[in-house]
Amino acid sequence: MRSVLPILTVLIAIVALWYAAAVKLNSTWTYDQAARAGTEVTFGALVKDTLAQERPVLPAPHQVAKGLWDGLFGQAFTSKRSLVYHGWVTLSATLLGFAIGTVLGIALAVGIVHNRAMDMSVMPWAIASQTIPILAIAPMIIVVMNSLGLQGLIPKSIISAYLSFFPVVVGMVKGLRSPDAMQLDLLRTYNASAADVLLKLRLPASLPYLFASLKVGVAASLVGAIVGELPTGAVAGLGARLLSGSYYGQTVQIWAALFAAAIVAAGLVMLIGAVERATLSRMGLER
Amino acid sequence: MKDTAGHGAPVIEARGVGLTFQTNDGPVVALKDVNLSIGKGEFVSFIGPSGCGKTTFLRAVAALEHPTEGTLTVNGMTPDAARQARAYGYVFQAAGLYPWRTIAGNVRLPLEIMGFSRAEQEERIERVLSLVDLQGFGRKFPWQLSGGMQQRASIARALAFDADILLMDEPFGALDEIVRDRLNEELLKLWARTEKTIGFVTHSIPEAVYLSTKIVVMSPRPGRITDVIESTLPKERPLDIRDSRAFIEIAHRVREGLRHGHGDEV
Repeated sequence: MRSVLPILTVLIAIVALWYAAAVKLNSTWTYDQAARAGTEVTFGALVKDTLAQERPVLPAPHQVAKGLWDGLFGQAFTSKRSLVYHGWVTLSATLLGFAIGTVLGIALAVGIVHNRAMDMSVMPWAIASQTIPILAIAPMIIVVMNSLGLQGLIPKSIISAYLSFFPVVVGMVKGLRSPDAMQLDLLRTYNASAADVLLKLRLPASLPYLFASLKVGVAASLVGAIVGELPTGAVAGLGARLLSGSYYGQTVQIWAALFAAAIVAAGLVMLIGAVERATLSRMGLER
Repeated sequence: MKDTAGHGAPVIEARGVGLTFQTNDGPVVALKDVNLSIGKGEFVSFIGPSGCGKTTFLRAVAALEHPTEGTLTVNGMTPDAARQARAYGYVFQAAGLYPWRTIAGNVRLPLEIMGFSRAEQEERIERVLSLVDLQGFGRKFPWQLSGGMQQRASIARALAFDADILLMDEPFGALDEIVRDRLNEELLKLWARTEKTIGFVTHSIPEAVYLSTKIVVMSPRPGRITDVIESTLPKERPLDIRDSRAFIEIAHRVREGLRHGHGDEV
């Protein structure tokens, strides 16, 4: 109860602010209409109208909620109008990209920790790769992949992996280096091989860092998948819904897609959090 | 120099060993002209103030540091060869148990690396845990144990693979005196039972005198040996031996050795 109350208070405040902003932002259209018709607008009529427009500048919360509900449950999940269908298209690209990014990130981190040349050379490139705006590079990846005959899932996953490998590299390099000199000396006294040091000390020690990175990485993966859907001409996916919504001024559709994306992201982060708690408590690292 | 080894060839032998670290502030002489011979089954303490090179010498024996002068042999081999032959167990100042492994899992670590069979791992874990009086704690995680128990587990880990030499770097330095006394008593019993050769770094005079058959007094800048004292105490040592005349005399000589070492540099 004690934790619910503050959360509810904040939520109510946000919704109240949202309604107020919706009235304010959508009022221009209402006043214009009234001026054209030569009528006066009362405050009651203003509120009623601004919260029920078909193409509002800022849709009211209940409009978004209805859009989201209709998108999710208003038709068959396989329908092209279903947010579940579009969500799945984006989610599958996100998961594949996240898997590629995670494997790549861990592999690069292992290389960086074990090889001086990689230590000196890889990190600057990894950092540079993240300074390039993803919006600039995504269309090029789509175009290049398309010329190689790859469309749909794979190019989106590549963009998704491009964003998600970075937090994994940074977190894992730190994690793999977290064992102190004494723990490394101990394994030296056993004449342990580099593989033993990696498997028995560095990897287990890096797990808490890995999970922190995965949470950031999976959110980045989702952004990557959505951005990857924008230049493909809005075929399918939450990105496509965003784009077609903005083409046709369907603000409710945009917001519904945004919320669908947020729900997917929250679900993924919570899933990783659950795996994290289960793993770390089994390892005795969380008490 | 008289060979002080108990019997047979020395287990650890240093001849003119020097070790200089190259640092950004220029070379630092950590050890200079160290001559020492340790026989099988001896309990040798290294005592001296910080920077006297006692830990450095122990690490050199373990091939964790490499002397820049002289010769150092362990079991007649170079320290590196001895390390590869897994000739010694090393106990660090901190227990350094892996938090994600149980106590048994931690003791298992060297056994896994050295390729012991599963059945033999279990048998050895059982045996060394009872040797350090931790039977029944195998399934606990390190954080569930006190500092003294953790350090005992780390000793069990060093004993698990039956190396003849046990190197201990201030293993009880972080523990309170009551726990320390008990662990010292247990360590002596364990030494009597296993007949290992023990190298033990400490900066406590009573600890050194109580435990050792030989006390190596060292002094800093440069790290060197100022005195080697053969203990006249019997092998059987109850805690109250520390009030005996012989004990006090040895402690006095150690103190003199330490003072002498300090006198040189002034």
